[in-house]
Amino acid sequence: MTYIAKPKFQHPGLPKNDLGFTHRDYEGKVSTLCAGCGHDSITASIIEACYELSIEPHRVAKISGIGCSSKTPDYFLGNSHGFNSVHGRMPSVLTGANLANRDLIYLGVSGDGDSASIGFGQFAHSIRRGVNMTYIVENNGVYGLTKGQFSATADRGSKSKKGVMNNDNAIDLVAMALQLGASFVARSFSGDKSQLVPLIAAAIQHKGASFIDVISPCVAFNNHAGSTKSFDYVREHNDAVNRLDVITGRDPITVDYAPGTVQVVEQHDGTKLALRKIDADYDPNDRLAAMTFLQKHAAKGQIVTGLLYVDHEAEDLHTHLDTVEKPLNTLNAGDLCPGTPALEKINASLR
Amino acid sequence: MPVQSPISSVNDFVVRFANVNGSGSASANELFARSILRHGVPVSPRNIFPSNIQGLPTWYEVRVTEAGHLGARGGVDMMVSMNPQTWDKDLASIEPGGYLFYDSTKPMPASKFRADITVIGVPLTAITNSTYTDPRQRQLFKNIIYLGALCALLDMDPKLIEQLIGEQYKGKEKLLSSNVHALHLGRDWALQNLKCPIGLRVKKSDKVGDRIFIEGNSAAALGAVYGGATVCAWYPITPSSSLADAFGSHCKKLRHDPATGKAKYAIVQGEDELASIGIVIGASWNGARAFTATSGPGISLMQEFIGLSYFAEIPAVIMNVQRAGPSTGMPTRTQQCDIIACAYASHGDTKHVLLFPEDPAEAFEFAAQAFDLAERLQTTIFVMLDLDIGMNHRLCRPLKWDDARQYDRGKVMTAEMLEDGRDFGRYLDVDGDGIPFRTYPGTHPTKGSFFTRGTSRDRYARYSEEGSVYADNMQRLVRKFETAQDMVPRPLQANAAKPTKYGVIYFGSTSPAMDEAIGILEARGHQLDRLRIRAFPFHSSVASFIADHDFVYVVEQNRDAQLRSLIVNENGIDPVRLVPILNYDGTPITARFIANAIGDHQDQLQVTPLRKVKS
Repeated sequence: MTYIAKPKFQHPGLPKNDLGFTHRDYEGKVSTLCAGCGHDSITASIIEACYELSIEPHRVAKISGIGCSSKTPDYFLGNSHGFNSVHGRMPSVLTGANLANRDLIYLGVSGDGDSASIGFGQFAHSIRRGVNMTYIVENNGVYGLTKGQFSATADRGSKSKKGVMNNDNAIDLVAMALQLGASFVARSFSGDKSQLVPLIAAAIQHKGASFIDVISPCVAFNNHAGSTKSFDYVREHNDAVNRLDVITGRDPITVDYAPGTVQVVEQHDGTKLALRKIDADYDPNDRLAAMTFLQKHAAKGQIVTGLLYVDHEAEDLHTHLDTVEKPLNTLNAGDLCPGTPALEKINASLR
Repeated sequence: MPVQSPISSVNDFVVRFANVNGSGSASANELFARSILRHGVPVSPRNIFPSNIQGLPTWYEVRVTEAGHLGARGGVDMMVSMNPQTWDKDLASIEPGGYLFYDSTKPMPASKFRADITVIGVPLTAITNSTYTDPRQRQLFKNIIYLGALCALLDMDPKLIEQLIGEQYKGKEKLLSSNVHALHLGRDWALQNLKCPIGLRVKKSDKVGDRIFIEGNSAAALGAVYGGATVCAWYPITPSSSLADAFGSHCKKLRHDPATGKAKYAIVQGEDELASIGIVIGASWNGARAFTATSGPGISLMQEFIGLSYFAEIPAVIMNVQRAGPSTGMPTRTQQCDIIACAYASHGDTKHVLLFPEDPAEAFEFAAQAFDLAERLQTTIFVMLDLDIGMNHRLCRPLKWDDARQYDRGKVMTAEMLEDGRDFGRYLDVDGDGIPFRTYPGTHPTKGSFFTRGTSRDRYARYSEEGSVYADNMQRLVRKFETAQDMVPRPLQANAAKPTKYGVIYFGSTSPAMDEAIGILEARGHQLDRLRIRAFPFHSSVASFIADHDFVYVVEQNRDAQLRSLIVNENGIDPVRLVPILNYDGTPITARFIANAIGDHQDQLQVTPLRKVKS
């Protein structure tokens, strides 16, 4: 329905953020996904997070692969450049884009087919390189555009809409991201906007490889009894370890909570995250414990959500490559070309 | 006594070293080639190596050529036989009257030699073992000792070799003096025990001039540095790995901010070729100059992204150092076999720009120019090297750069232009050349953003499956390709001394062999006009060159006459008028091969078919 133009009219009283933008300034085209699709809720959460962070919309580059999820960058941040690239190859395109200009915010949007099947390798390698990005997988366990085949995140024993049983083991992208060294790892549910919005906002602020797995039921092909990615199933088995309530700059956090229920997580750049603890023993700074926790709960059929891991000392690919502060795409011949004197020297050394 | 009289030749012969891979012979052999250059005599060396780290046979061939013929010649005048595994084959390859140099420490039966050659035995192992105790030293210095013996046998000036050793081990006195010592051990033994010099001799000359000695991969990498590449993503594959390695080492010296020490480049070794080209496309989309280096199997893997670059119009530079295919083929042998795979890469209707450098100097120029072309044309540019140019040292003119040259960043709409109210349609042909404007991400808060996709869209980058909208875009891409014709390096024509009805088309690494073959053919009475194609799309002069001749030979290093097919297809030429001359056994094409193939065809032509036509 992209031929339907969104009305430009907006209520004069719409609230504005610090930059004077309203929600509408963070929207994109009208979604062409099915009514009730979990992905549209994620789109709404991305819009909300960018609005709340007062990001200049055009300073975001949104990059995706192929699939239902990968279409969504057209539906948010209409003033940002978007790139709907090749199936499973968003991570490499994003890595290249990030190398060219370290000053933009990189939002990678992918799906479970895109990241856990065809692009499993690229997912893994972009994470292990520590590309500064927010990598969101809109995970519905199914191929929507090709009408309902299982994806690699579908749980063993779950049933397709046609009644076929999945006998293959599932890939847990969160477990993979933890193992591969992602410095920010979270899982959420498209139906829980209050949990998801602050997680996206925190991930955007995090300088390093941030990964969020968002369970996002497919209303057309994976929302039936026997599915483990349906709205009902996820609601029943959602085991949130914490709720991220507040993200601040470097200011002290002044939220009023009962003592012992809030954990303040300080990031490398001084920004702070306030986490309301639900599971008292859960420590999001312990990668090893997070992996164990995740496995134990998965074995019990529980879907662990929340901010699962954040690294205080995150580094990114530009740090590893020790690149100049100025974006590489702004360097010109004067900066890059060594000129004739250097070439004469090289010639002389080759005689 | 040999029946055949020994070959006698000054500054014109071929020496081949037969070694074992991993024995450290490469640096001694290269020293040999360089020291002849220092005599003012051109050389053309070639590595013939296996896909192996240690143990398999490897050869290094040095063509000493005062006349400056830099192509492979074929045949061996002197074999330095250091590998028992290949003894029989090596012995058989020596020209009648040639020379065999071998390690005579262990006696060999007479049946292992040939009567028609001169056999020169030097007890290399005995000399080495009596001087050195460390096994690694024994192995390495044995190579320098045979170099010393050759110095005496070929009447070379030892001072010139010492000078080179001095440059190589500058600041490492111990290594320097021990290498010089080993050199003289070999030389002295030869002078005392053998008749020196032999019939093959190196005599000082002045034919090298200011030329430089460089590998094509290193030159192309330097071209990328000068051309402003900031992002390099690659996956190791022979014979292109040394190109990415060279880019790294050039950048280390030339591309660090003097104040902060920080890098003005980013190199990522991808997990595969798909990631490498993905990174290149992401970086180029975001306004950086980016490239990858690969070979045939990598090109196969990159197909989908190459189509995206073509259709979504994203610049990319691919340096393809070709090797013998198909499949894994012969990874360490040369061919020009990816012409069709690159020209029409990816599914659907596509066409891509190819550049064909003939030597390292042109590899430098074309590599730098590729980035201007990629950004001007907003598409993939292939720089088509091959193993013969890429991995061998080649004597070529010095590299040149014009300091006034600025990079052509192509049609990029800036924030100011958008602010001035310029109409921005990402796929809108505003100038009639088929090339639209693009914007970099992050340019303007409210203007100039668009959604890049591999699906069909209209002139303003809006998704569309309308047939007319799709066809309009595909037609514009054809116009853009026509525009490219006049931007890419033009073919170079060289006419025969007398008017002739016959022509020859060739390209890339075939150049030196072709130039030499022309001389041989002229001596046989055959006159040929030459056209060296340097790029695809073909300039109009290619069609007119063919029209001006009755028959045109197309010389290539592949089985299926791929360039000929491309000419026939793109220019609608009657295939009968293009005669394929094909060398595809993985060895570099030689002048002898070209001259024989064309000469035989010419002899036939001049007997029957022409008279028939005339009568």
